[in-house]
Amino acid sequence: MTLAAEINNSSPEKLLAPVLSAFWDQPDSWTLETYERHEGYRGLRKALAMSPDDLIAYVKESGLRGRGGAGFPTGMKWQFIPQGDGKPHYLVVNADESEPGTCKDIPLLFANPHSLIEGIVIACYAIRSNHAFIYLRGEVVPVLRRLHEAVREAYAAGYLGTNILGSGLDLELTVHAGAGAYICGEETALLDSLEGRRGQPRLRPPFPAVAGLYACPTVVNNVESIASVPAILNKGKEWFTSMGSEKSPGFTLYSLSGHVASPGQYEAPLGITLRQLLDMSGGMRPGHRLKFWTPGGSSTPMFTDEHLDVPLDYEGVGAAGSMLGTKALQCFDETTCVVRAVTRWTEFYAHESCGKCTPCREGTYWLVQLLRDIEAGRGQMSDLDKLNDIADNINGKSFCALGDGAASPIFSSLKYFRAEYEQHITGRGCPFDPAKSTAWADNHKEVTA
Amino acid sequence: MTENVSLGMPQLPAPAFPAEVHARLTEDARAIIARYPDSRSALLPMLHLVQSEEGHVTRTGMQFCADLLGLTTAEVTAVATFYTMYRRKPSGDYQVGVCTNTLCAVMGGDAIFEELKAHLGVGNDETTEDGKITLEHIECNAACDFAPVVMVNWEFFDNQTPESAKRMVDDLRAGRTVEPTRGAPLCSFKETARILAGFPDERPGAVEATGGAGPASLVGLRLAKGESPHHRIVHPRGESSGQEGE
Repeated sequence: MTLAAEINNSSPEKLLAPVLSAFWDQPDSWTLETYERHEGYRGLRKALAMSPDDLIAYVKESGLRGRGGAGFPTGMKWQFIPQGDGKPHYLVVNADESEPGTCKDIPLLFANPHSLIEGIVIACYAIRSNHAFIYLRGEVVPVLRRLHEAVREAYAAGYLGTNILGSGLDLELTVHAGAGAYICGEETALLDSLEGRRGQPRLRPPFPAVAGLYACPTVVNNVESIASVPAILNKGKEWFTSMGSEKSPGFTLYSLSGHVASPGQYEAPLGITLRQLLDMSGGMRPGHRLKFWTPGGSSTPMFTDEHLDVPLDYEGVGAAGSMLGTKALQCFDETTCVVRAVTRWTEFYAHESCGKCTPCREGTYWLVQLLRDIEAGRGQMSDLDKLNDIADNINGKSFCALGDGAASPIFSSLKYFRAEYEQHITGRGCPFDPAKSTAWADNHKEVTA
Repeated sequence: MTENVSLGMPQLPAPAFPAEVHARLTEDARAIIARYPDSRSALLPMLHLVQSEEGHVTRTGMQFCADLLGLTTAEVTAVATFYTMYRRKPSGDYQVGVCTNTLCAVMGGDAIFEELKAHLGVGNDETTEDGKITLEHIECNAACDFAPVVMVNWEFFDNQTPESAKRMVDDLRAGRTVEPTRGAPLCSFKETARILAGFPDERPGAVEATGGAGPASLVGLRLAKGESPHHRIVHPRGESSGQEGE
């Protein structure tokens, strides 16, 4: 291969596709004025010129799939809303971004909140909804400020309120701040929380499309899913499907974090690989190598350096034994103790388990006890099988996906790093020095060298 | 949380807010309730509202919510105790939350939290004697590309070190102005709770403070626009990557 060809294959200009992030570097990127200067609210005008049913079909044909983790086709979710049923319909945007490692919706809303608002108006026109809600996790006040301001601007400009752009559509948009509970990212727990209750998941069926918020037909979509809709309308579904693969079309935000040279947001067509992302961005931090990583947050089974070439789309990651999830690429280098990492994640799941179902509530508690013992050098070899066994009793047997998520790091770390667990047991402690994993560990080394 | 469970005689009904406070909060609560088709949806924002009055959610605050929404205090307590952002005891003007979920912990969050505990002489969920700072460890706050992250009154302090975090809490205790890396100049915890109740921050410049996206949010865009050097080769051990260190 020639050098030119090699550079071409991996040039960021070719591999990346900033759409939602395209003007985040502009001054006042969060304002309506900047958004309109970058073709903002043009997709809405095109959408309002269509019939709601045609609009749903159009989004379905674009192949857009949910960006919140599960990958369910967005247009299909909209289509499930019964029409002519005489009940109010609701759109609820899930902005409760809390999955460990996931950090895409928060920067998106901070820099470009109007893309979400435009998407909301389009979606509400499609599903015949007159009231939408943004359920934002409470712990991000800078984003809440910008959402308050963006909603105010949108009302003032006639993009929200009555008879939007002369279409006859009336729409109220309420920004609702949560109060700190990971479980509220689960869509039915989110609905209970929005109704002023403890955030605990509901039994399904009935699904939210039939009986959601206030027992009325409700679409719950992730921020990035809805924010992607205006560009699809504005630039066309053919443009959208020209990116990614047939089953995973379009662009998305990949969030690179951890021991990498350049952590941050990389917007690219679906199917890019971690190797490509690392190659273009400077790789792991100097002098270190990748040990393990998550493709889509802590609830997606971890990968190792064997998986650098897995296409990061729904099918590719699934075929390799994990899930695309939220595309939260948390990368850990060889200084990181996998037992420590998994213990901390498991403590998180135990803390966030809502308590409704026994496998998750009790199982995560006992996993933490075992893992803490192992990490501290007090474990026994039989504990490893017990970990697997408890995880197996949580996975698929819990009320909601939080339990499955808690089992993922256990199964996958035992699969790839069982020897490291054993080392903690036989060596009576952790062989790693946590100081070497810190962001400043190598700065110190340079000074003393 | 068994230490907070009272096993003695049932408590007497909570005292009401003073009349002036009650009238003012009632007006705010009515505005919140008006946002929703069903009044009970106002409960979470109203708990933020009563927290903005007293700095934590008291029995008085919960009674107030119950009365306005036609709920029992048991129903309100069940909700208030489910969510971690509602405090159940008096705490400081500034809530300093160190992310110790896996990624931040590994990148240095654990070290920052330990050093802050020693520096401030408090443990987790404890408040300094001057009433300024409540120290907590928090879960993932959706800023992993800025790790390690510290939140103060839910504003972002990105890419922290033990030294920068200690300097920041010293400034807070000395009453010096502290500005986050992403977010508005700090207001008190009570004022923050009012924003969470859905009342926009009216301070001039608060919305635009710290500008657009943070630096990490822009790395992909800058690469795509050809504005960053295109890395092909991973730096060998020990060579400076050009990243700024503390």
